[in-house]
Amino acid sequence: MKYSYFPGCSLKGLGRAYEESLLPVMKHLGVELQELDDWNCCGATAYMAVDEAKACVLAARNLALAERSGNPQIMAPCAACYLVLNKTKHYFHDYPAMKATIDRALAAVGLTYAGDTPVRHPLDILLNDVGIEAIKQKVVRPLQGLKVASYYGCQIVRPYATFDDQNNPTSMDRLLEALGATVVRYPLKTKCCGGSLTGTVPEAGIRMVYILLNEARKRGADCLATVCPLCQFNLDAYHAQVRAEYGDVIVPTVYFTQLMGLAFGLPAKQLGLHRAAVPFRWRPAPPEAPQVAAVAAALGSI
Amino acid sequence: MTKPPAASLGLVAHKAGSKPGRPTVGGRNGSDFKIARTIKYESDRVVSFGRDVMSVPGCEQLESCIQRGTCSGVCPLSIYMDYTPRQVMALTRADFKNEVLRSHTIWLCASCYACTVECPQQIRITDIMYELKQRAILERIYPRHFPIPVLAREFNAMVRKHGRITEMVLVIRLFLKTDWLAALGNWRLGLDLMRTGRFSLITERIKNHGDIARMLDAVDHPKES
Repeated sequence: MKYSYFPGCSLKGLGRAYEESLLPVMKHLGVELQELDDWNCCGATAYMAVDEAKACVLAARNLALAERSGNPQIMAPCAACYLVLNKTKHYFHDYPAMKATIDRALAAVGLTYAGDTPVRHPLDILLNDVGIEAIKQKVVRPLQGLKVASYYGCQIVRPYATFDDQNNPTSMDRLLEALGATVVRYPLKTKCCGGSLTGTVPEAGIRMVYILLNEARKRGADCLATVCPLCQFNLDAYHAQVRAEYGDVIVPTVYFTQLMGLAFGLPAKQLGLHRAAVPFRWRPAPPEAPQVAAVAAALGSI
Repeated sequence: MTKPPAASLGLVAHKAGSKPGRPTVGGRNGSDFKIARTIKYESDRVVSFGRDVMSVPGCEQLESCIQRGTCSGVCPLSIYMDYTPRQVMALTRADFKNEVLRSHTIWLCASCYACTVECPQQIRITDIMYELKQRAILERIYPRHFPIPVLAREFNAMVRKHGRITEMVLVIRLFLKTDWLAALGNWRLGLDLMRTGRFSLITERIKNHGDIARMLDAVDHPKES
């Protein structure tokens, strides 16, 4: 299994803990990743929203580079990159005018694109190529007793549901359960985190963050698990603003890859867990704990 | 929590300042009591606007809108909007260009695509919002210092120059161009980022950094390439 790894800007910046945990986890599972040489920004929502043609051209350069590299399967961990690369592929195939624009722009820098580069999310690769069984076999420290709300956010399931259900995705739930964690019911799993509105229109953005955090707290989750650097940033970094507006709602947010790393017994320090503003600390309950509790209860009843 | 949303978005002055001498839709938020007409007249239309939008790739399906309103129902931001997504669809199709391009709605869309996937007519509402946003930027119809178009502009300039985004530099530029006082209000966030080693100002760039500008220029000037 070999993939072109498209990190995107976030994984080299605010979301670097995602990359720090993703790479060792994938290596541990024997997934070979080759970082796409000289990749550029996918354009994200900011470009797509104001100039679709140019956004597609930007993304297409990466698709063309992947095709040229000989590893046409792209792994895009960031939800925005994943969506933009997929959307560009759709536009390339659906609209001849867009295809002509892309071809022309790529020709200006000596590239060509044939249109066949599967763009895949790590969750997709983990579940469908690696397989839950292979993942289970690597678990040495099961996340017993850890209650997780799995939060998918928008862009890996909408508008293109490529590997999971659009309304009720379960791939991360299944993955986390395989690690031994308890996945709490979290009906907001695909609700929007507010995206860049936390920065541009805080009144609206902070409220959306609050709703997600509060629901996770009400459901008894010890943490939220996310698949997107912007979701992680929004849910992690704005606790102070949420507190100022709505009161304390403290729930740490981690990348699902960080939980995988913990379950695989990789050292916490190498998983970027220290990068979260709201620290996530978890120690597996010692195995004898239930007995101790039972003895204590028996003693108490005498 | 109960403050009128539009008032806190800093968009009110812009709304009220529509065409002089015409009744406005002031009073929508209950803040001022003005008798105003609440329907549109045919003379407000900018004929062919709807056709224009519907001719853009991805926006064609607007033609078949049945005004069911699922988009407004699922939109997590419709409570902050002056026109709901359903209304924006109707206004766009009916050529009410000024109303939609001046609405808050197009800027509040967070690109979550909930409306798009739920629409019974497969209308790509998010893409239509993008198209409207793009037109508002072209015509410069948005409040001064309004951060969303500024973010888009700074983002795009940075991609053109370096090929990649350095997030902290982008955020700082955004604050400088919009409301630098707000940056001071976020001091705690900045400290958190420094503490956790995520505050980096080292510019990320690609090796062939001329490539991006060349490609983007080829989009604008088809004949030269």
